[in-house]
Amino acid sequence: MIALSILILAAVLLVVITFWKRRSPARLRDIPAFTRLIRAVGLSIEDGRRLHISLGHGSLLDARGGSALAALATLRIIAERTSVSDMPSVASAGDPTLGLLTQDTIQAGYKAANVDELYVPTTGRVTGLTPFSYAAGAMHIANNENVSTNILLGHFGAEAGLLADTSDRDHVTLIGASDNLTGQAILYASSQDALIGEELFAAGAYLGGDPAHTASLTVQDILRWLVIAALSVGAGLKLVGAF
Amino acid sequence: MRVLTAVIAIAFGILILLGYFLPQAAIIQTILLNWAVILTGVAALVGLVNLMIVHMDKVRRSEKGSIYSAILVLVMVLTFFAGVILRPDHLLMRKVILDGIILPVEAMLMGLLTVTLLYAAIRMLRKRADVMGIVFILTAALLFLGSATLPFGDVPVFGTLIRPWFTQIFALGGARGILIGVALGTLVTGLRVLFGMDRPYGGK
Repeated sequence: MIALSILILAAVLLVVITFWKRRSPARLRDIPAFTRLIRAVGLSIEDGRRLHISLGHGSLLDARGGSALAALATLRIIAERTSVSDMPSVASAGDPTLGLLTQDTIQAGYKAANVDELYVPTTGRVTGLTPFSYAAGAMHIANNENVSTNILLGHFGAEAGLLADTSDRDHVTLIGASDNLTGQAILYASSQDALIGEELFAAGAYLGGDPAHTASLTVQDILRWLVIAALSVGAGLKLVGAF
Repeated sequence: MRVLTAVIAIAFGILILLGYFLPQAAIIQTILLNWAVILTGVAALVGLVNLMIVHMDKVRRSEKGSIYSAILVLVMVLTFFAGVILRPDHLLMRKVILDGIILPVEAMLMGLLTVTLLYAAIRMLRKRADVMGIVFILTAALLFLGSATLPFGDVPVFGTLIRPWFTQIFALGGARGILIGVALGTLVTGLRVLFGMDRPYGGK
């Protein structure tokens, strides 16, 4: 019952705030990693090097799918912006269904930029089906395909360390966020500007996505305050011995 | 076509979601998830073909590192046909391919990761010598000291007091905070897809 209530509340808030955000543009706080990401997208077109977007190995059939979907939304924006580049962005995934959606999303980005004839199906790849084989395949892209920035968004565990090390050895900028605590700790230690927790889900809004992306940030904030209030009230009641 | 794919995706998403709340819909949810598992298997084949095309193209153009691409394609084809002819549960497949190649290579990468993480910790102070960076390294060092297995037992104070205090209060609280944030992000992202605001299946 509580889960259903939270779901309905989130759904209503998302719809209402999306309509509201269409009229008044959002103001977002500065997150250095996203500033770096926006600059990397612009620079990749100018200096003729490509971006490598790695979407992790989160399966869409379980709870890890949320981070994969957020990463796909970001990929869609990046693909559209870099579609006219001489060196188009490459995306890698460690899950078969995510790999298919990666190709579809990149193609959608090209279509949105009206250059769908430039789309190359091999720019979206499944590099492996286990975490380490996926990382090994993604490291190969980072090493050999003239990459200027590695963007790791999605579900990454300890194998993120291997990708981060490749970036460092090749002097390639690393921007990373994971929904997994181990992956997050490693990316925090390895990247210059770390993204923590739910900041992974904000990438679409910061890259100039549609009002639904900024609305979802506001909904997350409202729900977070509700969780804080519930935790505080619960702790207070426990303290006074109410239950 | 775009509208049709969106309608199918949204309808199936709602049916799966209802399965969590209505026992009657749980049966449909199970059937749909079984279909999704079959589709995942097909997607794996598509992914492998895609990967093979990428690497064959690298070999054809003699790109940098194309020797590795050639080895990958050769081994991929051999493993595929060996699996089809002998079946995955054949002794040769388990002993040679799985126990002899896949598991040792993954273990090697795990071992490599240990060294990589140690180097990452050292590198971190070079990249980000701020307060949070120093706190991160000091906390990691304290926890390692507290969990180190030494001939004379636990390190006094570190193993019995500091490590449990850090892991049970600071780390656990922080981890829960991060996971709540991730859960909220997942919820809202899922709703965006369910409402067709985000269409990662190429519709938008």
